[in-house]
Amino acid sequence: MPESDSPGTSLATLYQEMILDHYRRPRNRAPLPDASITVERNNPLCGDLIQLSLAFDGEIVRAAVWRGQGCSISSASASMMTQAIAGRTFGHARTIAARFGAMLSGDRAAADDELLGDLRALSAVARYPMRIKCALLPWSALEEGMLGKRGVGDGG
Amino acid sequence: MSSLAPRSDFPILLAHPGLRYLDSAATSQKPRAVLDAISAYYSEDNANPHRGAYELSVRATERYHAARERVARFCGVADADCLIFTRGTTEAINLVASAWGRANIRSGDEVIVTGMEHHANFVPWQQIAFEQDARFRICELTPDGRIDLDELRAMLGRHTRVVAFNHVSNALGTINPVREIAAIVRERSDALIVCDGAQGAPHIPVAFDSLDVDFYAFSGHKMCGPMGIGALIGRRGTLETMPPYQTGGDMIEFVLDYRTTWNVLPHKFEAGTPNVGDAVGLAAAADYLDGLGMDAVRAHELALVKLATTALGDVDGIHIYGPPPEDRSGVISFTLSDIHPHDLATILDGDGVCIRAGHHCAQPLMRRLGVAATARASFYIYNDEADIEALLGALHRARGLFGYAGV
Ligand SMILES: Cc1ncc(COP(=O)(O)O)c(C=O)c1O
Repeated sequence: MPESDSPGTSLATLYQEMILDHYRRPRNRAPLPDASITVERNNPLCGDLIQLSLAFDGEIVRAAVWRGQGCSISSASASMMTQAIAGRTFGHARTIAARFGAMLSGDRAAADDELLGDLRALSAVARYPMRIKCALLPWSALEEGMLGKRGVGDGG
Repeated sequence: MSSLAPRSDFPILLAHPGLRYLDSAATSQKPRAVLDAISAYYSEDNANPHRGAYELSVRATERYHAARERVARFCGVADADCLIFTRGTTEAINLVASAWGRANIRSGDEVIVTGMEHHANFVPWQQIAFEQDARFRICELTPDGRIDLDELRAMLGRHTRVVAFNHVSNALGTINPVREIAAIVRERSDALIVCDGAQGAPHIPVAFDSLDVDFYAFSGHKMCGPMGIGALIGRRGTLETMPPYQTGGDMIEFVLDYRTTWNVLPHKFEAGTPNVGDAVGLAAAADYLDGLGMDAVRAHELALVKLATTALGDVDGIHIYGPPPEDRSGVISFTLSDIHPHDLATILDGDGVCIRAGHHCAQPLMRRLGVAATARASFYIYNDEADIEALLGALHRARGLFGYAGV
């Protein structure tokens, strides 16, 4: 059982409207024919699977789309992530990823950081250690995607 | 309906009074009698068995021997030397696949498993078939989650070298007709029959000697015993002609400079210092379960699973997998509307209800069911009607959180 004042209110925060909305109406779940790279990530423990496709313009993430199946947390995280990083430079995307990671490890300042925008709706995940992996799954795909870009030179 | 075993026999249930433990298919809780037996062994009798000439070592050897006889009696094995202690089901199946498989599976042979196997009874066969250049085949299931016996009949033939299937499915709860399957296999082939009893022995009376399978494997931790001990039961003739699995101390007779001869059963398959403490714990678990009576255990689980199936069946948006409750062990595998099983498990945990969510180490089965994951509640001797009510209440709460009306 997670520690919190009351499991009821904390679960209601975890499964707030915004999360369920992204779960049920995922954004950027479309094909990306001119993707520079596609990265697949799965969580063998639960069977969550995420496929992230990125199109780069030099050091800019021009477009980000995803496919896959997973729980509301990993799906909402992927959906919001693709919105948050589209049009951003690698550096900026990494900053967002770092702040997001900090928020999930319980950093309250990060949870208030405007930089994270809608992603702050996922801050309650920090109280559910078993679910942090779910929220981070798309982000680890993003990191690999941006590294892969480095590795193969300008693939875009 | 109350629990079959007194809940106060289980220290962990006393330590967490609000706990609704519905994950016994993953591992069972342990009665105090088992914990005490392990502690008493280490406090009073511990020494390395089979080695010392001193009295304490003799005592440890006797305790180990007695534990084997006790566990053999629990599962209807007259010849206790044919019960090999292993770390659990996984190691037991790997032992057979590796030791028997390498010596007996040849190119062109066929190894058959079913679409409902736990990875522990799937991957070792898939891999040994690959290594031996044999054909790996999967017997499909009927729509209600049973082994399709007609398909099995059609698959069998003179090339069939192994047929491996579970007694009870951990993911669906399906109880397979072991004797009937064995008869079908024997009629049409000379195949070795391996039964994964990880979900059988803890829940249903098992009489190995009358099952007509060649091997039966199970884990102590799912039947009130400690983690780290389980058993492989085989037939003397098969075990004696098989090469050993691991080599080293205890399992040898003579070690010559360039050749070694093997110890007799069961030692031939138990290399190294054995896990005496946990064997003693497993024997205490057998005492405990026999004290309740395995028929009563089965009847209790059946009553609970029927109750749960009726209660959960009324929840809007629920889908229950597997055959009707009469043909299931105390397992109910389900999905609820578009709520992912992981989200369900998190929400239920908020009410102290522990269920399992995921693929249950049965990815081939999940593909066949067409889902990535299910939620699974599983019952055992310490569960009661209040556990089912708590489960039901928590499911309604989950529906509410996900915006479904009519809570
Ligand atoms: C049907 C079945 N087979 C095999 C196993 C593996 O058992 P263990 O992990 O104890 O080796 C399990 C346990 O989850 C099981 O349910």
